[in-house]
Amino acid sequence: MKGLSLILICLLILSLVSLFSIGIGRYPVSPGALFSWLSTGYCSDDNLPVILFNIRLPRLIGAIAAGGALAMSGAAYQGMFRNPMVSPDILGVSSGAGFGASLAILLSLPVAGIQLFSFAGGITAVLIAVSISKTIGRSHDSVLVLVLSGIIISSLFGALLSILKYIADPDDKLPAITYWLMGSLANIRMNDLGVILPVLLVGSIPLMLVSWRLNVLSFGEDEARSLGVHTGWMRVIIILCATLVTACIISVSGIIGWVGLIVPHFARFIAGPNHRLLLPTSFLFGGIFMLVVDDIARSLVSVEIPIGIITAILGAPFFIYFLKRSAKKSW
Amino acid sequence: MERTISLDLRHTDLGYEGRVVLHDVNLSIQSGEIVCLLGPNGVGKTTLFKTILGFIKPIAGSIVINGRNIAQFSLKDFARLVAYVPQVHHSPFPYKVRDVVLFGRTVHLGLFASPGQKDRDIANSFLELLEIRHLAERSFSELSGGERQMVIIARALTQESRFIILDEPTSNLDYGNQVRVIRKIKELRKQSVGILMATHSPDHAFMIGSKVVVMDKGLLYRYGTPEATLTEETLKQIYGVDVHVFDSPQNGTSPRKICAPVMDL
Repeated sequence: MKGLSLILICLLILSLVSLFSIGIGRYPVSPGALFSWLSTGYCSDDNLPVILFNIRLPRLIGAIAAGGALAMSGAAYQGMFRNPMVSPDILGVSSGAGFGASLAILLSLPVAGIQLFSFAGGITAVLIAVSISKTIGRSHDSVLVLVLSGIIISSLFGALLSILKYIADPDDKLPAITYWLMGSLANIRMNDLGVILPVLLVGSIPLMLVSWRLNVLSFGEDEARSLGVHTGWMRVIIILCATLVTACIISVSGIIGWVGLIVPHFARFIAGPNHRLLLPTSFLFGGIFMLVVDDIARSLVSVEIPIGIITAILGAPFFIYFLKRSAKKSW
Repeated sequence: MERTISLDLRHTDLGYEGRVVLHDVNLSIQSGEIVCLLGPNGVGKTTLFKTILGFIKPIAGSIVINGRNIAQFSLKDFARLVAYVPQVHHSPFPYKVRDVVLFGRTVHLGLFASPGQKDRDIANSFLELLEIRHLAERSFSELSGGERQMVIIARALTQESRFIILDEPTSNLDYGNQVRVIRKIKELRKQSVGILMATHSPDHAFMIGSKVVVMDKGLLYRYGTPEATLTEETLKQIYGVDVHVFDSPQNGTSPRKICAPVMDL
């Protein structure tokens, strides 16, 4: 069984990268100390369990969840829009979340408030985009109308965000907004995971369940209907789930671009286009990718680099490579 | 042998948002027969297909399968009765031929299920019937136009519906592939499915030798055997060119007519 062994290999790589990542950081954690603590329960360094449990582990799990959710949503969107150039923020979730978070920062809300505003902003932007596409109606190519509605909303929320930045206090609020928009996993704590992981589960399971029908949908709208797939409901399920997990992740990590665009390509290259295997593979690849990126963010220079910057710098050459490859054969 | 059922259009006006493209269409297709649809570009063949497939609603009249209006069918029930073979197109993702054919089983699966061994066996049997079993592990997007058309026909058969609507199955195919596709379609009569197929070549209708519907200027102009409907006068009227129709010289076991456009005027 090719699919199962691929998943197992991915899980193995993910575990190894996790073990490696947990030792990286300002406070040195040697593999030996880690191993002896895990095997005997005794630790010579009192700080070690605290650092691991309160900082490293939540950040590690948060990175896997963020990368996985963004990559899986991206894969589902690419299938639904029948376009491998689509990313999870095509319907405006990132701009909406950015606006929401900035508004909360401007209002001096606590961290939970920023997360809530960001989540609500992301969901609201997508709902508006979908409503616009509904009012434009069925006479046009519905997928194209949806994409254009998303572009309109992204640009609108981008402008609203600019207003907030313009009026923000340049000494205090503006840097906070800017830093949030560049993305970081540094502030993820255990109680955040208590929210993210259940939402991730609720959003992922329906996507996995409809993955066969998503294959059929990715082949063509009219064809899918004539094959008995209720394309309207499929779109509702996919947009709802992808938006839910993406907005939830962005609310704690800030905006992390490129992952949802590139990782599904790489996963499709290895696992093939069948979404039954592609969605879980994208999730695992996304998790691995984000762990590596976060390691770089934490350890490359003495100051932590915002993670969105690294995904973009790594993403650009990757994408050029895949574009070149696509000139020779199809995705 | 399954009972013969019929797909009927009764006094149907077809079109978009009040603009009628086709008036008072009356047409009946039985499962087990092949109906070829001919007509000039823009006459409304696509509108007719989209309406029969339920993508657009008829403006007046009704479309009835086995005595029941298609508006009353659920998407799933309808897909079990009517399959669709669109014109050859490209897929953005490199699905394997085996998977593309398995898409046809979707309507027989539970909402969250994916195909099992029984579904794969059915798909394989139709890959064999169309003699494309050797393509099963190839990527659909790497195939030639003719091979892709065969795969989509295999998918429609795998759907195991009673009718198949084919939208110009020979468009964009080279001459050899056109003949191969037409031969296979002719053989499908044995599968007791009803086939409605649009074509631009009167010769294809002669080759298949079943019923012919000729469309012209918003009406179903003629209906009958190819020999009775596709006369030199009719072809002149609908296509506006002079065509000779004559008996072919000895051609296999059954004689048939062939068309030759007049070149020197």
